[in-house]
Order: sequence, then C-alpha cells, then structure tokens
Amino acid sequence: MIENRIDYYPTHEHQGIKFRRGHALPFGATMVANGVNFSIYSSAATSCTLVLFERGEAEPFAEIPIPDEFRIGNVYCMIVFELDYERLEYGYRMDGPYNPAQGHRFDPTKILSDPYAKVTGGRDTWLAKPNWDNIYPYRSRLAFEDFDWENDHPLETPIEDLVIYEMHVRGFTQHPSSGVKNRGTFSAIRAKIPYLKELGINCIELLPIYEFDEWENSRESPTTGEVLVNYWGYSTVNFFSPKAGYAATGKFGMQVDELKTLIKELHKAGIEVILDVVFNHTAEGDHRGHTISFRGIDNKTYYMLTPEGYYFNFSGTGNTLNCNNPVVRNMVLDCLRYWAADYHIDGFRFDLAAILGRAPDGSPLSNPPLLESLAYDPILAKCKLIAEAWDAGGLYQVGSFPAYGRWAEWNGKYRDSARKFLKSESGMVREMVQRLIGSPDLYSQRGPTASINFITCHDGFSLYDLFAYNEKHNEANGENNNDGANDNNSWNCGWEGETDDPAINFLRHKQVKNAFAILMVSQGIPMVLMGDEVGRTQKGNNNTYCQDNELNWFDWSQLEANADLYQFARRMIQFRRHHPVLRSPTFFQYWDYASSGFPDISFHGTKAWNCDWSESSRSFAFLLCGDHAKQGIVKDDMVYVAMNMYWNGLHFELPALPEGKRWHLVANTDMGYGEDSFDVGQEPELENQTDFLVGARSIVILIGK
Amino acid sequence: MSFQILAEAKKVAKITLIGEVDSLSAREFQKEIERLAVEQPDELVLFVENLTFISSAGLRVLIFAKQKMGTHLAVYMVKPQESVVETLEKTGLHHSINIVDQYL
Repeated sequence: MIENRIDYYPTHEHQGIKFRRGHALPFGATMVANGVNFSIYSSAATSCTLVLFERGEAEPFAEIPIPDEFRIGNVYCMIVFELDYERLEYGYRMDGPYNPAQGHRFDPTKILSDPYAKVTGGRDTWLAKPNWDNIYPYRSRLAFEDFDWENDHPLETPIEDLVIYEMHVRGFTQHPSSGVKNRGTFSAIRAKIPYLKELGINCIELLPIYEFDEWENSRESPTTGEVLVNYWGYSTVNFFSPKAGYAATGKFGMQVDELKTLIKELHKAGIEVILDVVFNHTAEGDHRGHTISFRGIDNKTYYMLTPEGYYFNFSGTGNTLNCNNPVVRNMVLDCLRYWAADYHIDGFRFDLAAILGRAPDGSPLSNPPLLESLAYDPILAKCKLIAEAWDAGGLYQVGSFPAYGRWAEWNGKYRDSARKFLKSESGMVREMVQRLIGSPDLYSQRGPTASINFITCHDGFSLYDLFAYNEKHNEANGENNNDGANDNNSWNCGWEGETDDPAINFLRHKQVKNAFAILMVSQGIPMVLMGDEVGRTQKGNNNTYCQDNELNWFDWSQLEANADLYQFARRMIQFRRHHPVLRSPTFFQYWDYASSGFPDISFHGTKAWNCDWSESSRSFAFLLCGDHAKQGIVKDDMVYVAMNMYWNGLHFELPALPEGKRWHLVANTDMGYGEDSFDVGQEPELENQTDFLVGARSIVILIGK
Repeated sequence: MSFQILAEAKKVAKITLIGEVDSLSAREFQKEIERLAVEQPDELVLFVENLTFISSAGLRVLIFAKQKMGTHLAVYMVKPQESVVETLEKTGLHHSINIVDQYL
C-alpha cells in the first residue's frame, strides 16, 4: 500500500503544518498519499516560501519557507501533508536580486502563481468584478485526474479531411438568441453540438481557453460607455489551466470536468478539438506590467530581454516568452503533452508561431529546437500542429516555416489571393489557381496538407463585412480607429455599410456564397469563421478583441434571417466531405496516371481545354478527374468548377464527359435561395450538356456522373 | 445538522443525503462509501430529495464510488433537485448515474 511507504511520512513541522523533502519532478503540485508534492524551478532565487490559503480567504493560513536542504539543483520541492485538496489554494514567494539590468526582478512581497498549476482560481465567473485589493488574485489550485473518459480517444482524422470551424467559447452561445442554458460556457457548446453536426464541420478550433484575465487593460468604450475587455484572450495567465470563466461550473472549481465532458461529447459526434495556444507572450506585460508568476519566479529565464534588461516585444503585447531557453521549451512541451494526454486534445494552432523560432536574442533560428521537439514528440505524434507563421516583429514565414514534415500553416496568402480575386482585381487568375490546388508554390516539399485555407478568421473582417465595408470602422475600440489592419482587400459592393438596396444585398450574399464555394473546392484544409455561415456582421469592426457584445456574439436569429447563406454553406461543406477528389493529401501531377482519359486536373475557360491566363482575365474553370481521387485509390465523380469574377456573365464551354456520364448542377451562386445549391444526391441533370452561362461574379459547380 | 448518512449494506447500499455536501461533509460521505464498498454492493442508491447543494468534492465522491466499487455498480439518485441535476449535467456525471423519481 502506497500509504505505508516510509517516504510519505512527515519529517518537519512549521506553524502546525507537517511536511518533508519532496520530489523534484514533476513540476507543479501533485497529489501523493496523504499529501501534496510541490515543485518549482528558479535559476536565481535565493529562497522560496510556499504560501497556503483556504479557498477564497484574503490571508494565507500558512507560509512555509522551503528549507534549503530540500532544494535540488535549482528546484525547490517539498511534500506537505494533510491538506484539504478541494479547498486549497497555493502560491509562492521568491526572494532574490532585484536588478533589472541583469534581468532579475525578484520581489518577495508578491505571491506568485505556479506556472504548472492545473487549475487557476480568482476569475471564476466571467466579468465578475474582482477585488482589486486581493494580495493574490490568480490562485493556483489542485486538479484531480479521475475523469471518466469511457472509451474516448482523439479522433486522428486525416488532416486533409477536416473542415475547421474557428470559434470563441463565449461568443458562440452568449447571445440571448442561442436559447441554451449557461450561455457562453463549455457546457453551452455541448448543447449546440447538433448544430455543428448539421452544418457538417468536423473540427472546432477554440480561441484561447488557457486562463486569462478578461479585465486586463479594461476600459470604457468612448462610443457606448460599456466596459471594453480582453475578450479574445490572447494573454495567458497560466498555460495549464482552462479558463474558469468559460465554465458554468467555474465557481465550483469544476472547469476541468466541464471542459473534458465537452471534448468527450464532441468526439462522440465525430468532431475534433484544436486549441489556439499562445506561447509567444504572457499577461505580465512589459516592465510596467503586473507581476503574476514568471517575472517574479525567474524573469531572466522566462522572457527574452534586451541587453539593458527590458523586454523584447515581438508579440506586440509587451513581452516575449523565451521559448528556446531549454527550461521554457520543456514547459511548453510539458504543457502540450498535458493537454494532449489529459484533455484528449486533437491539435494545436500556435499564435504568432514565428516567435517560437527565435533565439533568446530575438534572431530567427534556422533549426529552432522547440519546433523540432514539438514535431518529433512521442505524445504529440498524432496531434495536428498548425502555425500562424508570422509575428509582430516582422518575421513572415508563410511557406518557409520550419515544418519538419509535421507542421501546417495558416495560409495568409490564400486569404489575400481569394479576397483580391473575389473583388475582381486583375492579374489574379494564376495566383488564385495556385491557392486552389493547395499552394504548391509555397509548400512544394510539404504537400497541400500544409495549407490551412481561410478567407476570414477572428482577426479581421467577418465574411459578410468583407463585402459590406471598404474601410475598417473600429471607433468602438476607443483607439481613434488607428487599431486593426488597413489592407483588408475588401469591397463594399457599392455602398459602405447596411443598405436597403436589394441589388447590393443580393450581390453581397452572392459574394459570401462565392467565398464559401472557393474555400470548399480548394485543396488543403478549409477553416470557417464562426457565424460566417449565417452572415455574421461586426458592423465593419475588423479588430473586435475587446468587444464582449453583439459585435462578437453569434446571433442565432440570423440562422433564419440569412437562411440562404446557411443552406449554401451547409451544402458546400457537405459537398466537400462527400467528394474525396477535393481532399487530396498530395499535389496534382497534371497527367493521367489512372488511365481514365483525363489528367488529374485540367484547366479551362470560356473554351474547354483553353484557359485564359492573361493579366486581364478574371475567369477560369478547372476539372478534377474522380478516377484520380486520393491518388487514384478511391473513385469519385468528375468535378467541374467555373469561376467568373468578371462583371458580366460569360458562356463556358463544358468539357465533354466520358460516355455514359452526364453533367449535374451542384451550385450556381448567381441563383436565389432554393436554386443556388443542391444536397448531395439531389443534383439536377443539366439540359444543356455543352455549355453553361456563368453569371457575373458567380461560381458554378458541376459534377459528372 | 445539515448532513446525515443513513446506510445499510446488503446487495443494495442506500444513503440519504440532506442539506449540503461541502468539502467537509464530503469526507464523511467518502468514508461511508469506503465502508459500504467492502460489502461489494450491486446498487448504490442515494436519496437526495433534501440535498440542496453538492460541491465538487461531493461529485468526486460519486466518481470515487464508481471506481472503488467497480464499473458494474449501478448508482441511483432519487429525486434530485434541479440545481443538483444541472451540476451533474454540466460535468457530464449524469451519464454515469441513473436519475429517478423513486426507487422501488
């Protein structure tokens, strides 16, 4: 029996608390028989004190200086006995030099969160007003590892088969129209799983769910007077703890169970879960920021510092995590392994991932050890790894991100090309074709599965706004409209903002449908922004990071109001998932290796087999041969897609099909609700099998079967 | 007294929970479960009509009961209040527990 082991009896006592020498690994607080093993690293602290609180109490009930003989190398560790696991909150005081020029900022007056805490309390209910005088606002707690996963397992869906849905936990259900209990929480997402299944997506990518402080940099809106908050959450307080305020049970400290329950239920529905993780900076800001954890534990280890001891700011948020320091690198690895193993997470999307390839002095590394470690890690071996391959310090690595055969990327060039093509810019045909075939110009050694294709994401215009606004309208953010990107490649279709003009509104809806069609017929992995399928608007705001209101919330009444968009989006996703020829794991070879009489892909125009590649061209078509689907392993229909972004309709001559096959209509974005798309298996056969009038700024999709 | 345990252990173990199961009373609850586990019951029946609150510690005891007594154990919760049911649902525990209006 573990209770009888000699090393689980106390040897010391302080203020009535019994304890003994601890184990250096694992870091963090780990439950052992009768006690808790505490372990924390600091390379330069001269002493470390464990501070213990009853849950929610203003003052600690004990402070135990960790005896120096308990220190192993640079690790302070101690087992403390007879603690109430449920009610315990703990932190540390670290003493050491305060010498910023040397990189040290120790302050023993501060109580510090454990970087390895598995639960963090203090912001338990979203936007509940904090006690600003709290001496320890972000409180480390213990997590239990007794969740009943039943037979759950990460789904390991081939990445080329994913349709990703980028979602904000709160924004998805917080709108009163969501009609679910516990709006804005993990639990509420669970209630909406039937919707996600009906839409057809098979992966959700959650904006940050690590514990962050929504109150960080909070202020009043100059236009509405309401409080502006850290809504997106790209500012981590603790990397191992789920955000308590996203859990209906956060006030009971059960956010771990609630999130795991959501993941288990999503997996049962065939939906993977990818986390958007932020390892490039923390919530501690620059030298003027709060000391929460890392700064007070080991500033020089955790942050990239200038020679003068200030913070490098490659993240644009004040500090930069020192990811290629071996200690920090191990923390990142430990963290991701924990989420993969304990939460069954299917993949990770790394915010500003280019930073992860910078050396401690900020210079880009040719062989970044962290990225390599992640790529070859045994526990993460089946996880999807997705990079946002740029940072705020000017490093742009789309196409050149160190991938080690494992990493996919948010393809920013896909977004830009699709937007320019959709607004009828000249000279975009060749560029658009590159993006449609999986961007071989960017990923020649990696294949189309390196490309996460998207036209919109949380950062920027929503899809509807892309066709309703020429300019950003960010006044509500209180930064004089200076924040947010200026190069949006958007087009308002003739009027800035809302209008009653039916022709403009029809065109906007058509453009949204065109965008969905492009996304779903592209090789690579499509990512849809939450709400784009129902025409969600942010009223022209392209940087809604601080808006906890209807600018960000999914308005479920739009499901009815924009039923045409929803139906089209749903059918396009269904179409993609039904046709493997759209989801190749490898690039096209441009020849008939399946002996079908057709090459795997061919390009066309108003004349079949004759594509206009000229600068002035704004239209083209392509034909995918179903006999080549998944490298010829499976059989599929012929898929023909004509894209006409010219401002007049054009007759496209259709390529002749093999004998016995006939052209059927899948989608025509020039048509109205009810006639613009058809369910799989319900596609009507064309009367005219030789040519098709593709309307102005329209896309037509046919299948030959 | 806000919390009482009345138990008998044959093949069916019955416990009545009254008031609030907080982290302190959860320890008593757990001790009772441990005692009952020795008898290897097939069913654990919790009469909870007058239970107004169950903390995370209390919920963990239910998980513990399943683990301690084996997955064959059927757990019944008789007449739980709405707030208790909600907590069970949010944390996914309702899948492991039979919620019933009466136990015959």
